[in-house]
Amino acid sequence: MSDRRTLQIKQISAHPGPIPGEGVQRDLEVCKLVDTTTCIGCKACEVACVEWNDMPFSPTTFDNTYQTMPETRWNFWNLIKFNEHQKQDGTIQWLMRKDQCMHCADPGCLRACPADGAIVQYANGIVDFQQENCIGCEFCVSGCPYNIPKFNQETKKVYKCTLCSDRVGQGLEPACIKACPTGCLKFGSKEDMKFVAEERAKQLKEHFGFENAGVYDPQSIGGTHVIYVLHDATQPELYGGLPKDPQIPWSYTVWKWLAKPVLGTLALFGLLGVCLHYVTVGPRRPQPEPPRKEDAHGNRG
Amino acid sequence: MGTAVERFDDKARNVFDRFSTSDVYEGELLRHRPYTRFLHWMVALFFFLALFSGFGIYLPWLFRWFTPIFGGGPLSRAMHPWFGVAFCFFFGLQILNWLQLMRWTPSDSRWIRNLKGQMLNQEKLEAPDTGFFNAGQKLQFWEILIGSVLFLITGIILWIGAGTFGRITVAVSYVLHDISALIMLFGIFIHLYLSTFGEPGTFHSMTRGSVSEAWAWTFHPAWYKEITGRDPRQAYEEARRRMEARRQT
Repeated sequence: MSDRRTLQIKQISAHPGPIPGEGVQRDLEVCKLVDTTTCIGCKACEVACVEWNDMPFSPTTFDNTYQTMPETRWNFWNLIKFNEHQKQDGTIQWLMRKDQCMHCADPGCLRACPADGAIVQYANGIVDFQQENCIGCEFCVSGCPYNIPKFNQETKKVYKCTLCSDRVGQGLEPACIKACPTGCLKFGSKEDMKFVAEERAKQLKEHFGFENAGVYDPQSIGGTHVIYVLHDATQPELYGGLPKDPQIPWSYTVWKWLAKPVLGTLALFGLLGVCLHYVTVGPRRPQPEPPRKEDAHGNRG
Repeated sequence: MGTAVERFDDKARNVFDRFSTSDVYEGELLRHRPYTRFLHWMVALFFFLALFSGFGIYLPWLFRWFTPIFGGGPLSRAMHPWFGVAFCFFFGLQILNWLQLMRWTPSDSRWIRNLKGQMLNQEKLEAPDTGFFNAGQKLQFWEILIGSVLFLITGIILWIGAGTFGRITVAVSYVLHDISALIMLFGIFIHLYLSTFGEPGTFHSMTRGSVSEAWAWTFHPAWYKEITGRDPRQAYEEARRRMEARRQT
């Protein structure tokens, strides 16, 4: 914890009251840029991630591809997805995408989380799980459009990429960025990375014939703090199921923040209702009961 | 099927009768046998355990003080499904025990049409065709039955999680689970009120099993007639005359 305190907090899951230390320091929004067009699938980032985060060895499943395992795991947060795409002219395009937490500006996991402080969003855009506060309900898995949070059956906690918040808090770049040999991974402010990404997309369009090249930064969740340059931004699904229009279920938006307190209050009206009934209309007693005094309401005592 | 269920119920009731007693004195009637009472309180216990452990997860910014009672958030989360399973198990037995009595009849529809009169306490005596359970009680029984099925289905989906059922199924189950809990919570206030302060004398039927005859002819006249063979209106009139006579002396 101690090495993370330099990070300014922006949002805390299920937290009543104000955010501690909110707005004390200015903070740049950080961003990781993944240029899928220059990724060579070397998996150095996978190794760097496992090394830096000191994750235990995890047996993999071999499925006749170069992909290390089918999807990320609680102890494997960074996975290169290999996809073979047959284009209309019959040629094969080999697409490689670094799959990891996208650090959404509007995180579905944080919205779904019912445990105070189990998920925090820093002012720099990093969304981080605090396992000591996690209750293991796995609602975050349902809230996430990218299938990122992974549950550990032994600890009953959920884990995912931290965007190396411990390194970033100390002014270092994330481990995966440091390991990348081709420069396909870049790290900097969101503004700068967006600029570099757009320039690269323009270059791909103008000089390499990728007419649909573009930047993946979906606005349906307010943008992400991991952005991609894609050869074909109109079909992000080709890159191992990257959703074109990621959504947070309305259960965690409308229902949770509006209907829950309102309907909860309505249910409590049942309590208020029966109390008022007792005081005004009064109970029904087994009959016969002795006759009431005539002047019960005239008596001012 | 009916007979197998009846045999099971009879056996269970008799087993409980072997070591349990009910307090029925002169002028009282036995309403609930020990097996029924046992089931009722097990259902109640696990209902409230599930309710309170669920509160902290449902609205943490308001009910976060509930989770420490269960040993913190992770433990509340771990125990909540088991409380729910126990609730459904005991209520399942109660369904078998009570299903015969919960059949909807035309007199129940009449009772519902007269609901306003019931709530405003305009009629001191229930309609003569009101049996062992009135329409309100039956309604609550069927609400809990449907609600428990909904709890069980959505609860298992939430328990096993999005990894198996997909995130949208879990998100929808989450809302349905909440709605079922809210309806049951609303109903439980009415149930608690009517069985204690709202209709004095009712609570004892679930603790030591008996009610007074006056209670029976007032609230469940058809049941009174069935048990005693006497006309409930006539019994009431006689009691009223006795009371008048006592007052005049």
